[in-house]
Amino acid sequence: MRDEDNKLAAYRDLVDRILNGEGRSSPEQRAGAFTGSPIGPPPLDVLTGKVATRPAQVTDADFAAAQAAGFSEDQLFELVICAAVGQSDRMYEAGLAALDEATVNGEADDAT
Amino acid sequence: MRPEILNRGYGAGTKLLFALVRVFAGHPLPDAAKLVFYRPAFYGSRAKDFTHEAMRGPSAWSVADRELMAAYVSQANQCAFCVGAHTATAGQAYQDSAKVQAVLADLDSAPIEEGLRTTLRMLGKLTREGTVSAEDMRQVMSAGISRQQVEDALAVCAAFNITDRLADAFSFELLSQQDFEAGAKYLLKRGYR
Repeated sequence: MRDEDNKLAAYRDLVDRILNGEGRSSPEQRAGAFTGSPIGPPPLDVLTGKVATRPAQVTDADFAAAQAAGFSEDQLFELVICAAVGQSDRMYEAGLAALDEATVNGEADDAT
Repeated sequence: MRPEILNRGYGAGTKLLFALVRVFAGHPLPDAAKLVFYRPAFYGSRAKDFTHEAMRGPSAWSVADRELMAAYVSQANQCAFCVGAHTATAGQAYQDSAKVQAVLADLDSAPIEEGLRTTLRMLGKLTREGTVSAEDMRQVMSAGISRQQVEDALAVCAAFNITDRLADAFSFELLSQQDFEAGAKYLLKRGYR
Protein backbone atom coordinates (compact mmCIF):
# COMPACT_ATOMS: atom_id res chain seq x y z
CA MET A 1 0.00 0.00 0.00
CA ARG A 2 1.43 3.32 -1.00
CA ASP A 3 0.00 5.11 2.03
CA GLU A 4 2.21 2.99 4.25
CA ASP A 5 5.36 3.47 2.21
CA ASN A 6 8.01 4.85 4.59
CA LYS A 7 9.87 6.54 1.77
CA LEU A 8 6.84 8.44 0.62
CA ALA A 9 5.88 9.28 4.20
CA ALA A 10 9.35 10.71 4.91
CA TYR A 11 9.16 12.64 1.66
CA ARG A 12 5.76 14.12 2.46
CA ASP A 13 7.07 15.17 5.90
CA LEU A 14 9.85 17.10 4.20
CA VAL A 15 7.47 18.84 1.79
CA ASP A 16 5.04 19.72 4.57
CA ARG A 17 7.81 21.16 6.75
CA ILE A 18 9.36 23.42 4.15
CA LEU A 19 5.99 24.73 2.96
CA ASN A 20 4.08 25.05 6.22
CA GLY A 21 6.60 25.11 9.06
CA GLU A 22 8.30 28.07 10.70
CA GLY A 23 10.49 30.08 8.36
CA ARG A 24 11.94 33.50 7.57
CA SER A 25 10.06 33.71 4.27
CA SER A 26 6.28 33.69 4.14
CA PRO A 27 4.28 30.54 3.37
CA GLU A 28 3.02 32.34 0.24
CA GLN A 29 6.57 32.98 -0.95
CA ARG A 30 7.54 29.38 -0.26
CA ALA A 31 4.48 28.06 -2.07
CA GLY A 32 5.28 30.26 -5.07
CA ALA A 33 8.88 29.05 -5.24
CA PHE A 34 7.69 25.45 -4.86
CA THR A 35 5.07 25.61 -7.61
CA GLY A 36 7.12 27.81 -9.92
CA SER A 37 4.55 30.61 -9.92
CA PRO A 38 6.10 34.08 -10.21
CA ILE A 39 6.04 35.67 -6.77
CA GLY A 40 8.27 38.61 -7.60
CA PRO A 41 10.35 40.65 -7.53
CA PRO A 42 11.85 39.51 -10.85
CA PRO A 43 15.37 38.72 -9.53
CA LEU A 44 13.85 36.23 -7.10
CA ASP A 45 11.82 34.58 -9.86
CA VAL A 46 14.96 34.32 -12.02
CA LEU A 47 16.83 32.59 -9.19
CA THR A 48 14.08 30.13 -8.26
CA GLY A 49 13.29 29.47 -11.93
CA LYS A 50 16.92 28.55 -12.60
CA VAL A 51 17.03 26.29 -9.53
CA ALA A 52 14.01 24.40 -10.87
CA THR A 53 14.94 23.99 -14.51
CA ARG A 54 18.63 24.81 -15.09
CA PRO A 55 20.40 24.76 -11.72
CA ALA A 56 23.87 24.49 -13.22
CA GLN A 57 23.38 28.04 -14.53
CA VAL A 58 22.78 29.65 -11.13
CA THR A 59 25.46 32.25 -10.43
CA ASP A 60 26.68 34.41 -7.56
CA ALA A 61 25.12 37.34 -9.43
CA ASP A 62 21.68 35.70 -9.23
CA PHE A 63 21.98 35.56 -5.43
CA ALA A 64 23.32 39.12 -5.30
CA ALA A 65 20.42 40.41 -7.39
CA ALA A 66 17.84 38.66 -5.23
CA GLN A 67 19.48 40.08 -2.08
CA ALA A 68 19.52 43.56 -3.62
CA ALA A 69 15.78 43.11 -4.21
CA GLY A 70 15.30 42.76 -0.46
CA PHE A 71 15.70 39.08 0.43
CA SER A 72 17.98 37.95 3.23
CA GLU A 73 20.35 35.02 2.84
CA ASP A 74 18.13 32.96 5.14
CA GLN A 75 15.08 33.70 3.04
CA LEU A 76 16.95 32.72 -0.12
CA PHE A 77 18.15 29.53 1.57
CA GLU A 78 14.50 28.61 2.15
CA LEU A 79 13.19 29.67 -1.23
CA VAL A 80 15.94 27.88 -3.16
CA ILE A 81 15.10 24.70 -1.25
CA CYS A 82 11.40 25.14 -2.01
CA ALA A 83 12.14 25.60 -5.72
CA ALA A 84 14.35 22.47 -5.80
CA VAL A 85 11.87 20.30 -3.91
CA GLY A 86 8.95 21.65 -5.94
CA GLN A 87 10.47 20.70 -9.29
CA SER A 88 11.39 17.27 -7.92
CA ASP A 89 7.88 16.91 -6.56
CA ARG A 90 6.33 17.40 -10.01
CA MET A 91 8.58 14.69 -11.40
CA TYR A 92 7.92 12.33 -8.50
CA GLU A 93 4.14 12.76 -8.90
CA ALA A 94 4.39 12.33 -12.69
CA GLY A 95 6.29 9.08 -12.18
CA LEU A 96 3.80 7.75 -9.63
CA ALA A 97 0.86 8.73 -11.87
CA ALA A 98 2.39 6.91 -14.86
CA LEU A 99 2.96 3.89 -12.64
CA ASP A 100 -0.66 3.97 -11.47
CA GLU A 101 -1.87 4.15 -15.05
CA ALA A 102 0.39 1.27 -16.10
CA THR A 103 -0.68 -0.97 -13.26
CA VAL A 104 -4.40 -0.30 -13.58
CA ASN A 105 -4.58 -0.98 -17.31
CA GLY A 106 -1.62 -3.26 -17.85
CA GLU A 107 -0.91 -6.89 -17.22
CA ALA A 108 1.39 -5.89 -14.41
CA ASP A 109 -1.61 -4.82 -12.33
CA ASP A 110 -1.18 -6.42 -8.93
CA ALA A 111 -4.60 -5.24 -7.72
CA THR A 112 -3.34 -4.30 -4.27
CA MET B 1 29.11 27.52 -0.80
CA ARG B 2 26.73 30.39 -1.33
CA PRO B 3 25.07 32.29 0.16
CA GLU B 4 27.69 33.10 2.81
CA ILE B 5 25.57 31.92 5.75
CA LEU B 6 26.13 28.35 4.51
CA ASN B 7 29.85 28.83 5.19
CA ARG B 8 29.68 30.83 8.42
CA GLY B 9 26.19 30.65 9.86
CA TYR B 10 26.53 27.60 12.10
CA GLY B 11 26.28 27.41 15.87
CA ALA B 12 29.32 26.88 18.11
CA GLY B 13 28.69 23.14 18.57
CA THR B 14 28.40 22.55 14.85
CA LYS B 15 31.54 24.59 14.16
CA LEU B 16 33.38 22.44 16.69
CA LEU B 17 32.11 19.30 14.97
CA PHE B 18 33.34 20.60 11.61
CA ALA B 19 36.73 21.35 13.13
CA LEU B 20 36.97 17.86 14.65
CA VAL B 21 36.16 16.25 11.30
CA ARG B 22 38.89 18.37 9.68
CA VAL B 23 41.42 17.22 12.24
CA PHE B 24 40.53 13.54 12.49
CA ALA B 25 39.47 12.82 8.89
CA GLY B 26 42.20 14.99 7.44
CA HIS B 27 39.82 16.86 5.16
CA PRO B 28 36.91 19.26 5.61
CA LEU B 29 33.37 17.94 5.74
CA PRO B 30 31.97 17.97 2.18
CA ASP B 31 29.47 20.73 1.47
CA ALA B 32 26.68 18.15 0.96
CA ALA B 33 27.16 17.12 4.59
CA LYS B 34 27.51 20.69 5.89
CA LEU B 35 24.29 21.83 4.25
CA VAL B 36 22.11 19.55 6.35
CA PHE B 37 23.58 21.12 9.51
CA TYR B 38 22.36 24.56 8.53
CA ARG B 39 19.04 25.24 10.31
CA PRO B 40 18.34 21.50 10.29
CA ALA B 41 14.78 22.00 11.52
CA PHE B 42 13.93 23.67 8.21
CA TYR B 43 15.42 21.17 5.75
CA GLY B 44 18.34 19.04 6.93
CA SER B 45 16.67 16.73 9.44
CA ARG B 46 13.83 15.64 7.20
CA ALA B 47 15.99 15.62 4.09
CA LYS B 48 18.37 13.19 5.82
CA ASP B 49 15.48 10.97 6.92
CA PHE B 50 14.00 10.82 3.43
CA THR B 51 17.33 10.30 1.67
CA HIS B 52 18.37 7.60 4.11
CA GLU B 53 15.04 5.81 3.72
CA ALA B 54 15.30 5.97 -0.09
CA MET B 55 18.96 4.90 -0.23
CA ARG B 56 19.27 2.49 2.71
CA GLY B 57 15.71 1.57 3.70
CA PRO B 58 14.16 -1.82 2.87
CA SER B 59 14.08 -2.44 -0.89
CA ALA B 60 14.50 -5.22 -3.43
CA TRP B 61 17.16 -2.97 -4.99
CA SER B 62 20.63 -3.36 -3.55
CA VAL B 63 22.44 -0.39 -2.03
CA ALA B 64 24.80 -0.54 -5.02
CA ASP B 65 21.89 -0.36 -7.50
CA ARG B 66 20.45 2.64 -5.68
CA GLU B 67 23.80 4.43 -5.60
CA LEU B 68 24.07 3.77 -9.34
CA MET B 69 20.61 5.31 -9.83
CA ALA B 70 21.80 8.35 -7.83
CA ALA B 71 24.84 8.69 -10.07
CA TYR B 72 22.76 8.22 -13.22
CA VAL B 73 20.11 10.79 -12.23
CA SER B 74 22.90 13.21 -11.25
CA GLN B 75 24.50 12.73 -14.65
CA ALA B 76 21.16 13.52 -16.33
CA ASN B 77 21.13 16.72 -14.25
CA GLN B 78 24.77 17.44 -15.17
CA CYS B 79 25.57 17.83 -11.49
CA ALA B 80 29.33 17.29 -11.23
CA PHE B 81 29.48 17.08 -7.42
CA CYS B 82 26.80 14.39 -7.12
CA VAL B 83 28.07 12.43 -10.12
CA GLY B 84 31.49 12.32 -8.47
CA ALA B 85 30.15 11.36 -5.05
CA HIS B 86 27.76 8.63 -6.19
CA THR B 87 29.96 7.21 -8.95
CA ALA B 88 32.51 6.56 -6.21
CA THR B 89 29.89 5.16 -3.82
CA ALA B 90 28.31 2.86 -6.43
CA GLY B 91 31.75 1.68 -7.53
CA GLN B 92 32.70 0.73 -3.98
CA ALA B 93 29.32 -0.86 -3.29
CA TYR B 94 29.56 -3.08 -6.40
CA GLN B 95 33.31 -3.47 -5.90
CA ASP B 96 33.34 -2.78 -9.64
CA SER B 97 33.94 0.82 -10.67
CA ALA B 98 34.29 -0.22 -14.33
CA LYS B 99 30.65 -1.30 -14.35
CA VAL B 100 29.53 2.09 -13.04
CA GLN B 101 31.69 3.92 -15.58
CA ALA B 102 30.23 1.75 -18.36
CA VAL B 103 26.66 2.67 -17.34
CA LEU B 104 27.47 6.38 -17.32
CA ALA B 105 29.29 6.15 -20.66
CA ASP B 106 26.66 4.12 -22.53
CA LEU B 107 23.64 2.67 -20.76
CA ASP B 108 22.59 0.53 -23.74
CA SER B 109 25.81 -1.47 -23.89
CA ALA B 110 26.70 -1.57 -20.17
CA PRO B 111 27.03 -5.02 -18.56
CA ILE B 112 24.01 -4.85 -16.23
CA GLU B 113 20.72 -6.71 -15.96
CA GLU B 114 17.91 -5.67 -18.26
CA GLY B 115 15.57 -4.70 -15.41
CA LEU B 116 18.08 -2.25 -13.98
CA ARG B 117 18.84 -0.92 -17.46
CA THR B 118 15.20 -0.12 -18.31
CA THR B 119 14.71 1.39 -14.84
CA LEU B 120 17.70 3.69 -15.31
CA ARG B 121 16.44 4.64 -18.77
CA MET B 122 13.05 5.59 -17.29
CA LEU B 123 14.67 7.62 -14.48
CA GLY B 124 16.86 9.44 -17.00
CA LYS B 125 13.86 10.34 -19.14
CA LEU B 126 11.88 11.53 -16.11
CA THR B 127 14.79 13.68 -14.97
CA ARG B 128 15.54 15.21 -18.37
CA GLU B 129 11.99 15.65 -19.67
CA GLY B 130 10.08 16.07 -16.40
CA THR B 131 7.63 13.30 -17.18
CA VAL B 132 7.26 9.65 -18.23
CA SER B 133 4.39 7.69 -19.75
CA ALA B 134 2.51 4.60 -18.64
CA GLU B 135 4.17 2.85 -21.58
CA ASP B 136 7.60 3.65 -20.13
CA MET B 137 6.47 2.05 -16.87
CA ARG B 138 5.10 -1.02 -18.65
CA GLN B 139 8.47 -1.49 -20.32
CA VAL B 140 10.18 -1.41 -16.95
CA MET B 141 7.78 -3.93 -15.45
CA SER B 142 7.93 -6.20 -18.50
CA ALA B 143 11.66 -6.49 -17.75
CA GLY B 144 10.72 -8.13 -14.44
CA ILE B 145 10.70 -5.10 -12.16
CA SER B 146 7.92 -5.01 -9.56
CA ARG B 147 5.65 -2.09 -8.85
CA GLN B 148 7.31 -1.63 -5.45
CA GLN B 149 10.73 -1.53 -7.09
CA VAL B 150 9.53 1.22 -9.42
CA GLU B 151 8.25 3.18 -6.43
CA ASP B 152 11.59 2.68 -4.68
CA ALA B 153 13.48 3.87 -7.76
CA LEU B 154 11.24 6.95 -7.99
CA ALA B 155 12.10 7.79 -4.37
CA VAL B 156 15.83 7.64 -5.18
CA CYS B 157 15.18 9.81 -8.22
CA ALA B 158 13.29 12.39 -6.14
CA ALA B 159 16.00 12.52 -3.48
CA PHE B 160 18.64 13.24 -6.10
CA ASN B 161 16.59 15.65 -8.14
CA ILE B 162 16.46 17.68 -4.95
CA THR B 163 20.10 17.24 -3.94
CA ASP B 164 21.46 17.84 -7.46
CA ARG B 165 19.62 21.16 -7.66
CA LEU B 166 20.86 22.26 -4.26
CA ALA B 167 24.43 21.21 -5.07
CA ASP B 168 24.47 23.50 -8.10
CA ALA B 169 22.40 26.34 -6.64
CA PHE B 170 24.46 26.46 -3.42
CA SER B 171 27.66 25.73 -5.37
CA PHE B 172 29.06 22.72 -3.53
CA GLU B 173 32.82 22.62 -3.88
CA LEU B 174 34.08 19.67 -5.92
CA LEU B 175 36.28 17.16 -4.10
CA SER B 176 39.41 15.35 -5.23
CA GLN B 177 38.91 11.76 -6.35
CA GLN B 178 40.54 10.65 -3.12
CA ASP B 179 38.07 12.66 -1.04
CA PHE B 180 35.10 11.40 -3.06
CA GLU B 181 36.30 7.86 -2.30
CA ALA B 182 36.61 8.70 1.40
CA GLY B 183 33.09 10.15 1.37
CA ALA B 184 31.81 7.03 -0.39
CA LYS B 185 33.29 4.82 2.30
CA TYR B 186 31.50 6.88 4.93
CA LEU B 187 28.16 6.73 3.07
CA LEU B 188 28.40 2.94 2.80
CA LYS B 189 29.25 2.58 6.45
CA ARG B 190 26.86 5.12 7.97
CA GLY B 191 24.29 6.03 5.35
CA TYR B 192 22.68 9.44 5.10
CA ARG B 193 21.42 10.06 8.63
